[in-house]
Amino acid sequence: MAILQSKPETREGNRRKAVRAQNGKTAVLTVTGFAVAFMFLLPYIRMMLTAVTPADEVYQIPADYIPSSFEWQNFITVWESAPIMQYLINTLIIAGAATIIVLLVSVPAAYYLARFRFRTRNLVLLLVLATQMFAPTSMVIGIYREMMTLGLVNTYLALILVNAGFYLAFSVWILSGFFASIPYEVEEAAMIDGCSKLSVLWRITLPLSLPGLVTAIIFTFITAWNEFVVALTLTSSPDIRPLTVGITNFIGLYEVQWHYVFATSLIAIVPVVVLFIAIEKWLVSGLTAGSIK
Amino acid sequence: MAILDSAQPRKREKNLLKRFLAGPLPWITPMLVLIFGIVLWPVYEMVRTSTLDIGGSGAVRGSAGFANYLELFENPNLAGAVSRTFFWVISVVAITIFISLFLAQLLNAKFPGRRFVRYALIVPWAASVIMTATSFRWMLDGYYGIINRILLDLGFISEPIEWLGNADTSFPWLIIVAVFVSLPFTTFVILAGLQTIPNEVYEAARVDGSSSRKTYFSITLPLLRNSLFIASVINLINVFNQFPIIWVMTGGGPGYTTDTTTTLMYKLAFRSQDIGVSASLSVVNFAIVLIFVLIYIRASGFGRKED
Repeated sequence: MAILQSKPETREGNRRKAVRAQNGKTAVLTVTGFAVAFMFLLPYIRMMLTAVTPADEVYQIPADYIPSSFEWQNFITVWESAPIMQYLINTLIIAGAATIIVLLVSVPAAYYLARFRFRTRNLVLLLVLATQMFAPTSMVIGIYREMMTLGLVNTYLALILVNAGFYLAFSVWILSGFFASIPYEVEEAAMIDGCSKLSVLWRITLPLSLPGLVTAIIFTFITAWNEFVVALTLTSSPDIRPLTVGITNFIGLYEVQWHYVFATSLIAIVPVVVLFIAIEKWLVSGLTAGSIK
Repeated sequence: MAILDSAQPRKREKNLLKRFLAGPLPWITPMLVLIFGIVLWPVYEMVRTSTLDIGGSGAVRGSAGFANYLELFENPNLAGAVSRTFFWVISVVAITIFISLFLAQLLNAKFPGRRFVRYALIVPWAASVIMTATSFRWMLDGYYGIINRILLDLGFISEPIEWLGNADTSFPWLIIVAVFVSLPFTTFVILAGLQTIPNEVYEAARVDGSSSRKTYFSITLPLLRNSLFIASVINLINVFNQFPIIWVMTGGGPGYTTDTTTTLMYKLAFRSQDIGVSASLSVVNFAIVLIFVLIYIRASGFGRKED
């Protein structure tokens, strides 16, 4: 009897202990989680603080943790003191045009690769995978020589084409994944109703793959937005230089105006981070799809 | 009759056109043009340039045979850059994978604010590496940098250090920054791998009385093998090609003391104006990347399918 009675008690005690352990574990996880988050945000927090530091406090020895006052004005004056507007427009043109080309090229290709089997299909997939893996950095001399031959050095077109060509693969993987997940019967029904293959793609498949399309657009745009090495190599005039290269030019000057550098950086970073968070769910599958295919 | 005869070929032409439109070509040709024109042509240009004698102005003076390669191997900065590149790639990838295993485990657990932590981790991934590296360069400044201030206040150092002033102190920081920007992608790949492991596997292990450490090493880690492999190869390629961090923080200097083969290649072409020698180094670099790519392709099952 005694044994029987003690049993539920210990079980109750165990459960209480388990709950307490669970709470303790959650607390540890939460604290660790926020510490990790803080570590990852640190360079950007510092960026933010420097961007709003009054000009006469930027070169303070030793550095202050927090400036004496927040000069939000810096975000406005930066537009006047440097060719930021021009850099931003250049970046928008290059990233925007590259994204449009990637879409025009990858939508039909991804659709065909997802829907039909043909003799050289594997070879084509292989080429796409290779494009994803060949970073422009290791080939920048070749790219430079090619653009010399084509007479495209220091033009928007060169940067647009290189960005489109090298960042095409992600879009192909993501889109073909989405296209393949749409049952063929849906398309067949439309074709019986007299739609051509192209209008099926336009009216049925694309609207159903909207999340994939959005992911492809955002990813291509951001990658081109952040591109540096090719732009550094192929641009020599500020008129077509994108923001990433423009920023490093600020630093080349003898006295760096760090508050302006970082105000500009934040203008470039914030929208991109928001967009990236929006497509977070699909990123890994697009970047590693080639290895699962 | 004549009318019929002339109608016949036109019909056949129409059929051909129809067949062409139904086939893969119109759908994938634009993509192939872009791949061949933008990605593969530079490979050819690179190899060709490495065998040319090119003057400082870019004018071709004739063939150089293997002279560029010989000159490259005589370059006094090559040996240092090669060994540094090895160390750079292996240490950055190994540290990144190790830390990412912890971070993925953390993000896979349930706790309040997990979403915020995920979003924080995305920031270095989305932000331009140039700008992240610029912030680190500013934080590491010997006079005005916040890192010296923090370390002084904590008593770790007794006087400010010019971190980026010499290779002994700057190279470790370059590695830290490279790990920092590689962690988000790696963590998310491992996290995706963790989330494919069905809960029943863990329940079965718990029923069997397996400790959580034992479960991790004998069940979780082996099941993550695929994700770890993918993350490692992609990171190897990315870190090998990493240019902006070094360029912004030290420019490969002082001198050539923090150069990897990637930054050395760039300096040879656009600082020393040795396009031919630089092209020969980029051919070597590209060949190394190609080996990683082939490993990746092989592992992804392309080779087997075509056998």
